[in-house]
Amino acid sequence: MYDTRNAERDVTQNEIKMSARKCQVFYGDKQAIIDVDIDVEDKMVTAFIGPSGCGKSTFLRVLNRMNDTIPIARVEGAITLDGEDIYDPRVDPVQLRARVGMVFQKPNPFPKSIYDNVAYGPRIHGLATGKAEMDAIVEKSLRRAALWDEVKDRLQEPGTGLSGGQQQRLCIARAVATEPEVLLMDEPCSALDPIATSQVEELIDELRESYSVVIVTHSMQQAARVSQKTAFFHLGYLVEYGETGQIFTNPRDERTESYISGRIG
Amino acid sequence: MTDAAPADPRPVQGAPSRPSLLATSDRMKRRNAAEARFRAYGLIAISTAGALLVVLLWNILSAGLPAFQRTVVTVDFTLTEDQFDAAESVLFKTREYETYFIAALSDQLRDRGLDLEFDSASVERLLGKVGATLRSHYRDNPDAIGQPVRFELPTSSRVERYFKGGFARADIGDTNRFITAADLDLADALKQAGVLRTAFNWTFVTGVDTGSDNPGGAGIGASVVGSFFMMLVVLVLSLPIGVAASIYLEEFAPQNRFTDFIEVNISNLAAVPSIVFGILGLAVFIQFGGGQLEIQALKASAPLVGGLVLSLMTLPTIIIATRAALKSVPPSIREAALGVGASKMQAVFHHVLPLAMPGILTGAIIGLAQALGETAPLLLIGMVGFIARYPETFMGGFEGPNSALPAQIYNWASRSDATFIEKAWGGIIVLLLFMLTMNLIAIILRRRFERRW
Repeated sequence: MYDTRNAERDVTQNEIKMSARKCQVFYGDKQAIIDVDIDVEDKMVTAFIGPSGCGKSTFLRVLNRMNDTIPIARVEGAITLDGEDIYDPRVDPVQLRARVGMVFQKPNPFPKSIYDNVAYGPRIHGLATGKAEMDAIVEKSLRRAALWDEVKDRLQEPGTGLSGGQQQRLCIARAVATEPEVLLMDEPCSALDPIATSQVEELIDELRESYSVVIVTHSMQQAARVSQKTAFFHLGYLVEYGETGQIFTNPRDERTESYISGRIG
Repeated sequence: MTDAAPADPRPVQGAPSRPSLLATSDRMKRRNAAEARFRAYGLIAISTAGALLVVLLWNILSAGLPAFQRTVVTVDFTLTEDQFDAAESVLFKTREYETYFIAALSDQLRDRGLDLEFDSASVERLLGKVGATLRSHYRDNPDAIGQPVRFELPTSSRVERYFKGGFARADIGDTNRFITAADLDLADALKQAGVLRTAFNWTFVTGVDTGSDNPGGAGIGASVVGSFFMMLVVLVLSLPIGVAASIYLEEFAPQNRFTDFIEVNISNLAAVPSIVFGILGLAVFIQFGGGQLEIQALKASAPLVGGLVLSLMTLPTIIIATRAALKSVPPSIREAALGVGASKMQAVFHHVLPLAMPGILTGAIIGLAQALGETAPLLLIGMVGFIARYPETFMGGFEGPNSALPAQIYNWASRSDATFIEKAWGGIIVLLLFMLTMNLIAIILRRRFERRW
C-alpha cells in the first residue's frame, strides 16, 4: 500500500539527537500535548503524522522553542538536545534556533534578494568573515537545496519573485545556511504542486546525510516515502512511534491502523 | 475518503421545467436594481464631495490670490548732496523729502505728457508716508546720495483695494478722510501712464505682521518660521518616541491588563480635543516648567512650547498608525527570522520595521500635517501675539516669541481692515501649499521604500 523502500533501506539504530520525556504543552487552560516521550535520532528523517489538530505541529515547535513566541503557551517536561535541557533557564532560545533550524508550511522568504535571504542567518551569527566566504556559504547552501543552478544568474533578484517550489527550497537553503544540527519541517510541501513536492522530498532524503530531519506531514504517502521513523499523534498523545516500515505495514495500535487505512482523520 | 455519488446532471422526469437563462428572474431583477441604486448613491456622494471641494478651492483662491499681488508706483528719483544736507537741517525732515519726491514724480509724469496737480496730502493718501521711507533709505545707504535710484512704493491699502475691485468710486463719502474721488482719478491716471502697476507681493511672503496703520505691508514670513521651528520640535520628539513606543507595545510588551489599559488610553488620547492639550501645555510647560522650575526656554509664545504641546497631540496619531503598520506585516516574516536564529530585536529591526516603513511614514506625515494646521492649543500658550520681527538666532527660533501659520491667519481674520481679511485667505493658501508639499513628500518616500522589495 505504501512505498517504504527508503524506510527499509536504513533501519540501523543511530545516536539520539533530541529527546522528550513527559512533555506537556498547554495553550492557556487547554492541553495540546499530553505525556509525549520520543527520541529523535541523528542523521535520520523522522515523520510526525496524525489528523489535523492532533498536536504534531505544536510538538515540532517545542523542539526549537518557537512556542515561546506565543504568550499563552506553556511547555513542561524534559526536552533535550544532545543531552542538554533546552528549556533550562540558562538556554537562550536564539542560540538554540541556530542549531535547530526550521522550515515552515508556507514558503516565507524575506522580501529581499535571493542572496540576502540565504546570507541572513550566517550574517547574524557571524559565520563568515569576508565577502568571498559568504559567497561560498550562499553557493553551498543553495546547492544543498538543489536551487543553485536555477538561481545562480539572478542572486540579486527578490526571493519573493520565485515560484512556490523554488521559494520553499530557498527557505530550506536559508535554514541550512546556519549549519543547524536538526532541521524541523512543518508541512513543507503542503503549498506545493506535485513536481515541486517530489523535488523537495528528494532534497529531504539528501539532507539526511548531514542533519537530523523532523518533518510534519499530512500526507502519509510522503511520510512513507521520505522517513525512516514515524510518529503517530492523536488528540495530543503520541500513540505509536517506530520504524516507518513497521508503522505502515504492521501497526501495533488500533488507532494507528485506523488512521493509515483512512478510517479516522 | 467516502464515495459520495456525483450529483445527477440530468433533469428529473416530471420535475417543473427550469426557467430559461435568457429571461431574468424577478429576484435577479431586484438584486440588479439594488446594485444599480447603490452605484448611483456612490456616484452622488462622490460628485457632491467633488463639487464641494471645487466650491471650497474656488472660494479660497478667489479670496486669497489677490493677497499675493499688490499695486506699486515706480518712481526714478535722485537725491543730490545739497538736498540731503538741506533736508537734514530743518525740523520737519521727512516733509522735505516728500517735497522732493512730489517734484520728481511731477517731472516724470510731465515727461509722459501728463500734467496733474497733487499735493502732499493726496500723495500720503495714495502712497503712505513717502518722506519717511525715502529718508530711512538714504540714511541706511549714504552711498546712494547723488545716484539715480528706482523706488517701488506700495500704494495704500485703499488704493490697492480699489484696483482689486474692493469698492467703487460711488462708495466714497464726502467726509472720508482716507481717500477721495480725486485721489482715485490720480491713481487711474498713474496707472494709465504706466507708473502704477500690479506686481507680485513679495512682502506678503517674506514680511512680518504689521499694525492696522499698514495692513498692506503685513507678511506671513515670520509665522512660517514659527511653524517651521514648531514642526522641527514635533518631528524630533514625536517620531522617535512614537515609533519606539509602538514597537515596544506591538512586538515586545506582554499582553496583560496594564498594556490593554495603555492601548485603550492611547486610542482615547487621539480623540481628545486639541484645546485640552493646549491648557495642559499652559499648566505643565509654561506655569510649572517655566514658572516653578524656572526653565528659561519654556516661555509663553515660544515655538519650543508650541512644539511640545503639538508633540503630545501628534504622538497618539503616530503610535496608532505605526502599530497598524506593524500589525499588517505578516507573522510569517517574524517566524522566518526567528527560525534562522535572529533575536527578537533583529527580527523587528531587520525585517518587520522596513516592511512597516511606508505605513509609519504616512502616519507620521499625517500627524505632522495635523499639527501644522492646529490653532486651538496655540491660542492658550500665547502664540497668537503680534510678532513683527524674525528670530535673530537659531536658538532664538525655539525660545523667542513667535506666532504660527494658522494662528496668524486666525489673528488677521479677526481684524477689521479688509486687507487683513484678504491676507488671512492668502495665508490659508500658503498653509495649503505646505500641506500639499508634505503629502507629496509622503508619497515620494512611500514609493521609495516600497520599490526596494
